[in-house]
Amino acid sequence: MKILVCISNVPDTTSKINFTGDNKEFDKNGVQYVINPWDEYALTRAIELKEAKGGSVTVLNVGEADAEPNIRKALAIGADDAIRVNAHPKDAFFVAQQITAVAKEGGYDMILMGKESIDYNGFQVHNMVGEMMGIPSVTPAFKLDMVDDSTARLEREIEGGKEVVEVKLPFVASAQQPMCEPRIPNMRGIMTARTKPLKVVEATGGEAKSEYVNYSKPEKKSGVKLIEPENAGELIKLLRNEAKVL
Amino acid sequence: MSVLVFVEGLNGEIKKSSLEAASYGSQVAQAMGTTATAVAIGEVHEEALAKLGEQGISKVLYDADDRLKQFVADAYVKVIATAAQQESAKVLVFSNSNIGAAVGSKLAVRLNGSLATNVTELPKIDGGNFTVTRGVFSGKAFADVNLTSDVKIIAVKKNSTDIISNGGSTATVEKLSADLAESDFAAAPKETVMQDTGGGVLLPEAEIVVSGGRGMKGPENWHLIEELAKELGAATACSKPVSDIGWRPHHEHVGQTGITVSPNLYIAAGISGAIQHLAGVNSSKVIVVINKDPEAPFFKAADYGIVGDALEVLPKLIEAAKALDK
Ligand SMILES: Cc1cc2nc3c(=O)[nH]c(=O)nc-3n(C[C@H](O)[C@H](O)[C@H](O)COP(=O)(O)OP(=O)(O)OC[C@H]3O[C@@H](n4cnc5c(N)ncnc54)[C@H](O)[C@@H]3O)c2cc1C
Ligand SMILES: Cc1cc2nc3c(=O)[nH]c(=O)nc-3n(C[C@H](O)[C@H](O)[C@H](O)COP(=O)(O)OP(=O)(O)OC[C@H]3O[C@@H](n4cnc5c(N)ncnc54)[C@H](O)[C@@H]3O)c2cc1C
Repeated sequence: MKILVCISNVPDTTSKINFTGDNKEFDKNGVQYVINPWDEYALTRAIELKEAKGGSVTVLNVGEADAEPNIRKALAIGADDAIRVNAHPKDAFFVAQQITAVAKEGGYDMILMGKESIDYNGFQVHNMVGEMMGIPSVTPAFKLDMVDDSTARLEREIEGGKEVVEVKLPFVASAQQPMCEPRIPNMRGIMTARTKPLKVVEATGGEAKSEYVNYSKPEKKSGVKLIEPENAGELIKLLRNEAKVL
Repeated sequence: MSVLVFVEGLNGEIKKSSLEAASYGSQVAQAMGTTATAVAIGEVHEEALAKLGEQGISKVLYDADDRLKQFVADAYVKVIATAAQQESAKVLVFSNSNIGAAVGSKLAVRLNGSLATNVTELPKIDGGNFTVTRGVFSGKAFADVNLTSDVKIIAVKKNSTDIISNGGSTATVEKLSADLAESDFAAAPKETVMQDTGGGVLLPEAEIVVSGGRGMKGPENWHLIEELAKELGAATACSKPVSDIGWRPHHEHVGQTGITVSPNLYIAAGISGAIQHLAGVNSSKVIVVINKDPEAPFFKAADYGIVGDALEVLPKLIEAAKALDK
């Protein structure tokens, strides 16, 4: 089974978010980048399936060279090889086009992604790729198993419940917890990752359909109003009369 | 040219998040000098559809095909695309739900449109520019985005738009029938299992959320969270470790790796306020924190706080909530 796992290179959750150039650009200064946390679920599940059924796991990132440390990290976790589409990812549509081009070329049985990137919070690339390729996209899935060699069984979350879906290969799915316990690289993985193939390809096409023009930050909270625990009931009155949320 | 809103039903009624999308859509239509049409799929009562007039919808297209009772992305996309074509829709509005965002993303490809998900404000329409504001960096920032294609697709973040209500207005309801083929149902779910909320409120739709963390000490104390939630008409939630240990089900876990909520009121009892937890709740309008440690990081993100033992504070809140006239 050939599995393609798409990973996004994102600022760590604990990063301070700032903008430069008159709030027109994200300030990368001092920001630590990680593999998008949801994508780690996709990656680990792909490796588990490979271990159980045989095959290969390829990781794919659409981004610039600064994503390579995290691509190597994915190889250290257990992917076999990697592809980086060398481009500045302009928007989700652009990224989906690049993923689709690679996926068509490689003939994968399964394309796994994270549910959502924690930087641009799009929750869209997986469904776009499914539509561009004309194959099912099951998102967000929290369970993924093979029923037989050509059919997978997934459970996806819907508001207020879940759906059980069976699809034929190939398909796209996005992962969320509790699909698996994401793995961290071990020493041996880190050593072997250095020599695993990382292919850099140029972008094809290049249409973006949106233009980020400006950023802003939410207003700062004015500070916490403390209520004595003995008078806890006061809080309910404040929530009704002052905050007006009850 | 018109604005098309996709509305989702639940138990025959329209979901609150879809009433928000309808209100958003009709305001966009007004700004563009046109009308807003809704498209509904599956099991929704006709009266509920007609009542969308209160949100400014003039017409509802309804596809009652039985096979659409459960969510099947490809079939839903076809129905909405048919409606969009029939109405020459230039703007399509969805709720940013798992269903809305999924069909919105697929339609962006099919209709060659610009998509913005997680949208928090009405668009600014200025000459040729159509700009929306969307939440980015997991609640830490907003971005203004120009949608440059002819067709614009917007998925509106839950609880970020007020529901408008023009008392008494009704929408006309028309049947719609898309030419659905067997192949559109290839990825149909085998089974759909809805959670038993015990008559309570669904977490992703909730206006008020009462949430508990490890400081609640054990599942035997959760009746306090549940009782307060019941009194306030709230949904219940929890931190990640609480669902990891199995005190609560996974679908209640909020945060970076769980679900994101943006209620009007989020009450956190015995939760430290780790950054990964805040990522899922930081766009709540009002945050209340109950924690026995005055140094707990959550107080920095809170509007109201009580430094004390949650197991003693919660019963007082329940009592006060009972005394409220509703
Ligand atoms: C203005 C702007 C500036 C950007 N600058 C950068 C930058 O400097 N460096 C950078 O790396 N990215 C950059 N990005 C790209 C961004 O990280 C995303 O790749 C892209 O915007 C899609 O985000 P999304 O939130 O819509 O993805 P979602 O739809 O939320 O993502 C779902 C899943 O798709 C997959 N996926 C998403 N993006 C990629 C990707 N790029 N490669 C492979 N798989 C992916 C992942 O599995 C992810 O979990 C920028 C985006 C914008 C809009
Ligand atoms: C990659 C990653 C992703 C993560 N994703 C998430 C996520 O999505 N959601 C999430 O919640 N966490 C997430 N976490 C975990 C997060 O970092 C915290 O560990 C977690 O949120 C802590 O949960 P807690 O506040 O319930 O428990 P604790 O940190 O143990 O805090 C318990 C709090 O209760 C207080 N307390 C104790 N007794 C009482 C009492 N009697 N009355 C009142 N207060 C009391 C204590 O002072 C303390 O502040 C993630 C972590 C990582 C590394």
